[in-house]
Formats: sequence, C-alpha cells, structure tokens
Amino acid sequence: MNDIVISVRDLTKRFGDFTAVDHISFDVRRGEIFGFLGANGAGKTTAMRMLCGLSYPTSGSGTVAGFDVRTEGELIKRHIGYMSQRFSLYNDLTVWENMRLFAGIYGLTAKQTNERATELLERLNFSSERNTLVGSLPLGWKQKLSFVIATIHRPDVVFLDEPTGGVDPVTRRQFWEMIYEAAENGTTIFVTTHYMDEAEYCTRASIMVDGKVCALDTPARLKQQFAAESMDEVFRTLARGAQRGE
Amino acid sequence: MAVIEVQNLSKSYGNVKALDGVSFSVERGELFGLIGPDGAGKTTLFRLLTTLINPDSGSATVDGYDIRDEYLAIRSRVGYMPGRFSLYPDLSVEENLQFFAAMFGVTMEESYELIAPIYKQIEPFRKRRAGKLSGGMKQKLALSCALIHNPGVLFLDEPTTGVDAVSRSEFWDMLAGLKEHGITILVSTPYMDEASRCDRIALCCEGRILEIDTPEGIVQGFDRPLYGISAKNMFALLERAREVNGVVDCYPFGEKHHLVVGDGFDEKKFRNALADIEGIEISTVKPTIEDMFIKLMKR
Amino acid sequence: MERNFASFVKKESLHILRDTRTMLVVMLIPIILMILFGFAISTEVNNVNVAVVAPERTDGVHDAVERLAQNGYFTFKGYISQNEIDQCLRSGKANAVVVFAQGYDRRAAQAAAGIETKPIIQLIFDASNVNTAGSASAYMQSVLLGTASQQAMFETRMLFNPQMKSAYNFVPGIMGLIFILVCAMMTSVSIVREKEVGTMEVLLVSPVRPVKIIFAKMIPYFAISCIVLVTILLLARYLLGVPMTGGVCGIFSLSLLYLLLSLSLGLLVSTIATTQVAALLISAMVMMMPILMLSGMLFPIENLPIFFQVVSNIVPARWYIDAVRKMMIQGLPIMAVWKNCVILLGMTAVILAVSLKKFKDKLE
Repeated sequence: MNDIVISVRDLTKRFGDFTAVDHISFDVRRGEIFGFLGANGAGKTTAMRMLCGLSYPTSGSGTVAGFDVRTEGELIKRHIGYMSQRFSLYNDLTVWENMRLFAGIYGLTAKQTNERATELLERLNFSSERNTLVGSLPLGWKQKLSFVIATIHRPDVVFLDEPTGGVDPVTRRQFWEMIYEAAENGTTIFVTTHYMDEAEYCTRASIMVDGKVCALDTPARLKQQFAAESMDEVFRTLARGAQRGE
Repeated sequence: MAVIEVQNLSKSYGNVKALDGVSFSVERGELFGLIGPDGAGKTTLFRLLTTLINPDSGSATVDGYDIRDEYLAIRSRVGYMPGRFSLYPDLSVEENLQFFAAMFGVTMEESYELIAPIYKQIEPFRKRRAGKLSGGMKQKLALSCALIHNPGVLFLDEPTTGVDAVSRSEFWDMLAGLKEHGITILVSTPYMDEASRCDRIALCCEGRILEIDTPEGIVQGFDRPLYGISAKNMFALLERAREVNGVVDCYPFGEKHHLVVGDGFDEKKFRNALADIEGIEISTVKPTIEDMFIKLMKR
Repeated sequence: MERNFASFVKKESLHILRDTRTMLVVMLIPIILMILFGFAISTEVNNVNVAVVAPERTDGVHDAVERLAQNGYFTFKGYISQNEIDQCLRSGKANAVVVFAQGYDRRAAQAAAGIETKPIIQLIFDASNVNTAGSASAYMQSVLLGTASQQAMFETRMLFNPQMKSAYNFVPGIMGLIFILVCAMMTSVSIVREKEVGTMEVLLVSPVRPVKIIFAKMIPYFAISCIVLVTILLLARYLLGVPMTGGVCGIFSLSLLYLLLSLSLGLLVSTIATTQVAALLISAMVMMMPILMLSGMLFPIENLPIFFQVVSNIVPARWYIDAVRKMMIQGLPIMAVWKNCVILLGMTAVILAVSLKKFKDKLE
C-alpha cells in the first residue's frame, strides 16, 4: 500500500493575471493529521478545491488517494470525505435520513448503509437519537455527526474546513478525539483553518502566505524555528509580511 | 458606579433557555469580555442590553437607564457592532461612515479624533465598496461606524469571529486604545486565547455564567496539578492515561494532552503504567482559561 | 434631524442606483408589458380579410362593400360565389364572409319602413379565434349599418372603443399591476434586506425612529414609480394612441394615490416577512394573483362567480383599474369616479395605520 496519500508538485492556479496558488509542493502521509493554514485570501480554498477535484490546476501536478487531480477529479471525489462548519447536514432531515442520504451519494448499497450507520451511531453512543431531526440537536452533536457522515464511505482522506470554530471546549476535545481515532485507523485528515489553535493538534502544519507555502513542519519545530510560544505567534510572524488582502 | 448592571436576566425562545438568570456588572472604562462557545447566550445578552429585545424576567441598566422602560435613552448613548457584518455592502467606506454619522446627528469631523487611529488604516480605501473589503478591513469599518457618535458604552458581539489571526490581534490593540478614552467596552468572543486581553471576563455556557474574574484570577482558581503529556501515538496515550489511578481527567490540548490529577497520583507510577508507550514525555504545565472552562463545564 | 432624513433618502437612492440590473428591470417591464399587451397579445379587430357574396351587385351592395374596404381594419378580398364560402374560410383566404340577400336594396328599404322582418345580411366568421371573431363581427355590424343605421332592425354600437382595441383595456390593468410590482415588492424587499443583512439591528440601536426609516425608504421608490407612471402614460398616448380625453391630471392624481397605497402594502409585507425570499413570495402570491384574477384586468368582474365578485371588493387594484378605465377610455373627469377615490383613500389609510403599528422598534 502506498504510504503517500496526497502528493502535490508545483501546483499552480491562475485567474487571469492573478496567481491564487503559486507553485505549492508537499506530501501527506497515510494517517497524518495535516494542517493547511493561511489567512483569508492566502489561497487555501483554491488549493483545496483543486485537491478535491473541483477545479483544474493551471500547471503542476498532484495526486490524491492515488488519482490525478488533472484528469481524475470524479474518482477523487468518490475517495474523499468533506466536512465544513458552514454546510454539513440537512436540519430538516433526521439523523438517520442524513446518514442514508450521504451514504447514497457515495454509492453505498442499502445493506452497507444499514450496517455502517448502525455501527457508527453505536460508537457515538447516539443510537437513541436516530429519528431526531438534526436541526434540534446541539451544535456540538451536529459537528460530531457530520464528521461521522463525512467518513461513512471510509474515504482515504477527509477534508475538514474549520471544523471546530465556535464549539465549546469540552465538545471540541471530543471532536479531536474522534479525529485522532480516525487517523489511528489509517484515515488521512486534511484540516484547512485560520484558527491557529486548531493547528496545534495537527501532526504537521503548512502555512500559506500570498499563494505560497512558506512553512511546513510539526507544530513543535515551527514554534522552535520562529522562537514562538504558540502557532498563533508563528502565523502572525509569517502573515505580517503578506502583500495581498482578501 | 457601574455602567452596566445586570440582575438575574432571563430570556427564552420557545422552550430553549437562551439566558438563564445572569447577573454581573461592568465598571466605567472597563474592558469586559464574555467568553463562551456558540449557543452560550452571548448574542441574546447583547440584544437585551442594546434594547433590541425585552427580557422575560430580571432587570438591567445601561449608563443608569433601564433597558425596558428607558430604552430610547440607551439607544443614543451606546455603540453596537452586531455579530455579523452589518454595513451596506453596496455603499463605499466613506458613504457608510457618513450615513451612520448623519443618523446620529454628528459629522465625521466631530468624532474624527476618536476614530482616527482605526479609520486611518482603511482611509486609503475610502472609495471602495464595503462589500469588497477584506474581513479585517470590514471589521475596522464596522468599529468606526459604531464609534462615530462618541458613545460612552460599546457593545461588540464576536467582533473577531472569521477574521484572521493578524487582524484579530490588531483589533484587540485598537480596543486597548479606546479604553484610554474612557469608553466602557463589553465584548464577546468564542476564543479562549483572547480572554487575556480583557480586564475581567465572564465564562459563559448554555445561558449561564460559570465564573467572573480577572483572567489571572480565573486561572488561579484551577487548584489541581496539571501535566502535559505526549507520545508518538497520541490516541493510544489518551485512552491509556485515563485508566491510570489518580488521573481525574485527560483531554487533547494541542500537541500535548492535558492531564488533571487528584490525590492518589504518583508521577513515577504513571510512567511505569505507560512504559510500553513509545516516546512518552511528561511535564507540568500552567493551566489556561480553557482548562478552567473545561473544569467548570464538567463540574 | 432633517439632515439625517435627507442622508437616509440619499443612501436609499444609492442602493437603487447601484443595483443597475433591478433598475433596468423596473424601467423595462412597463415598456415591455405595454408593447406586449398593446400589440402582440391582441384581441382587437385588425386586418380582417373579408370576402363578399352578392347575388346582385346593386348600388346598395356597392355602398356597403365600399364602406368595408375603406375601413382600415378590414381588407376587401373580392367577390365569391355561394358555394365557395366554406373553402374560402378554410383555406384562410378570408376570415369573414359577408352575404347579401336577394333583392338587398329593396328589402333594405322595406326594413327601413318596418315591413321587412327577416335578416338581409349574413355575416360568416372564422371563429377559431373567438375573441377576434366576436369583436370583428360586432365592429363589422356597426360599419355596415353605419349609414343605414336608421333602417336597422336593432342597433348595437360600441361606444368609446368602437374598434375594441385591446390596448385600451390593458393599459389601466398594466398600471394596476406595475405599481404594485415596483412599489410594494421593491419596498418590502428593501426593508427586509436590512433585517436579513443585520443593518436593521444597528439602525434600531440609534436615535432614529423607525417611522423615519420607513418614510425615507418610500421616497426614492415613489420617485421611481412616478417616472414609470409618466413613461406608461406617454407610451399609452403616443404609441398605442389611447385618447385620454378625460384629462391626464385626473389619471395622474389618482395614480399617485395608488402609488401611496402600494407603498403601504409593501410596508405591511415587510413587517410580516423576515427574509427577502418570503417578501418576494408574499408580494407575488398575495398581491399579484388577485390583481391578475380579481381586478378586472384579464376577466370582467361581472363574469366571475358571485363569491369572487365579493372578494374582488377588497382588491385595491380593482377600484384603481376601474377608475382609470373610466377616465382614460370613457373620458370621464375624476369627479365621476369619486367613489373609487374614496375607497382607495380609505384603504391606504387603513393599510398604512396597520403597518406602522406593526412595525416595531424591537427585534421581536
């Protein structure tokens, strides 16, 4: 089994004469929690869209879960999971209906759906709530549920977009425990965020400024390198030099 | 005399208790922070104090005026920045400011001294439409607009949410500058790390206030030893550490797990129990506001 | 305080001017509707091809045919024989055939004297387009009987709009619709947008009273509606040739009242709706449908079931359209429609009062 799940070389995206993503290169290993950090407008979203097979690179190459980002976008979409804080679940559907819907989208059979959904709900200790409308759940539960749903088809990589912003500290820990567990079981976690304290939980973190990846290492070594107390400080040191806004 | 005085304030929406008997007071010139996650009731509290809604029970005064009976007096004395971007995106920076100035019956010149340190940063873009500004610049414009009539009290509802780390830090610097003018500021944030920038903070959760104190005072309230532990396999470490005798709590905290321990804890025994975990490291760490928050929530 | 009112109006105007697409739609919709209803969707008598069957081509017959041929709405296609009628209509060579009876001149004279009682002219129409056939037959009768009317056994005359030009009928209807669209829909959406974006929160936490916010919002939309009103009146007069003999002043003043009513309606909607989509839906469903169905714009009110006739009384557009019709087409002065004016005035007062009462200066 290939140990590199995401591999990117000189990936570039231009819109007219604006270079949103400027020759970025990195590798992400299986089971890693990879933090993809940057200010608003640094090019995070554009880069992630290319990795998810939603947009074609102008130049450069990359593979995600073994598929080429230039030619196999559809295959990539089937092998990744995606969770965003903004859009995750349908509030007017029940827990179970949401699970069934997303399992269906990823092409699971009815039998697979039943088995996995039951198992996941049990692990979440959430079986009693399967017929509850998602809209009436507390925020923390929604977030945990949407992570579970993003992994229902057992993807190689899960993309998390600012997963724990605004959640209370206790629920937040429970969420990171789930992520640790998923990573432990071999799922690669790709976290894009501009909340620097989320970065502290990552195995390795990259920081994007003005379309380029200008730092990439473990949080501990990054803090050492920039003589900083926290990732927030590391980020501020790097981002102050940024030329462009949003 | 307290500028903001809140007594036993409650507010429900349907059968959800958004605010459940909250009391506190804010002194003149104080920078008071409401720290808590989404759903803690922070926005409800702001809407009550800015007289946008009426409480179910309890009472509150702002600058000596009652929020229920004297709300018109309050409205001309406070500046308010709601949680979401609340300017006109199709008007330019300058037009937005002029509009809000006219609404309060002042001119930009009258308040220029107060807003200058903030406004100067966005002045080069004064002809740009507000909708085309970056997050940090929008926030500066919104703050300028809230300050245009030289209010005595400033209400800022999650001003730093969705704004990047650099702009967030700059924003807190600006608030520190406003304190010099004697403005009382009530600010809310979900970020624990911003709490240290306030004079006093209230930790809020699910419509209640867990604790009110200075940031240092809050941290001092954490009366148990706290360790930071790490290992190669963080997930296994977490599960195993919880089973060790004397461990009260263990939870992920960035690159380390925080380990809260009780009376029966012995560091040597702990190391022995987890000897098979590769690369284990243990050190004492200073508690943070977040540790205290977790402790209070679990109580 | 006057200054902040002026700056409010200015800000509102900027919103409108910067939203070029909406502006364009608002200005173009009336023009398009006028052209569409005025020309394309037409039930009027126009270009009716007429063939004539006359056993004897006497002077009387010639006279009658000449009158048809001279009329701009009919085209004389020539004489045919009795057995060609069916084929002629089927092939579309003619839309109508006029058949003169044997001894037309003589019997026409007898008819004038009251002796002859049987019909002496038969009109055969291609009625595949019912509306056109109906109006054309009526008009043709009036043309044929024109000079011989004193001899006719019955008399039908189309007053005011003898050609039954449909544009005449539609202009008041379009006005009734457009002003609701521009005033009610656009004001309600613009107020609700402030709620949705969150600026309403900031406005409320300020010394400005909501009443002021509302009136400042109404002014620019009122101005736009006035421009639209002038456009419609100009188009009606010069493009569609509506005579407006009753005086433009009356129509204009009544329309101003109707504008005010539409603005109040918009305000009422904005107090109910919390999202722009809801405001649009309410405007469309609750206001447009009754105007289209119950105002007499498309269907005459007298033809509606009794229940809907009663319901139509509360549709403001009904009273407005009816009054404009009377003034525009019948040429009546505004005094003749005083009842409509009073009703509209009453409705405006009630709606405005209700919505001002409902517009709270709190969020709940």
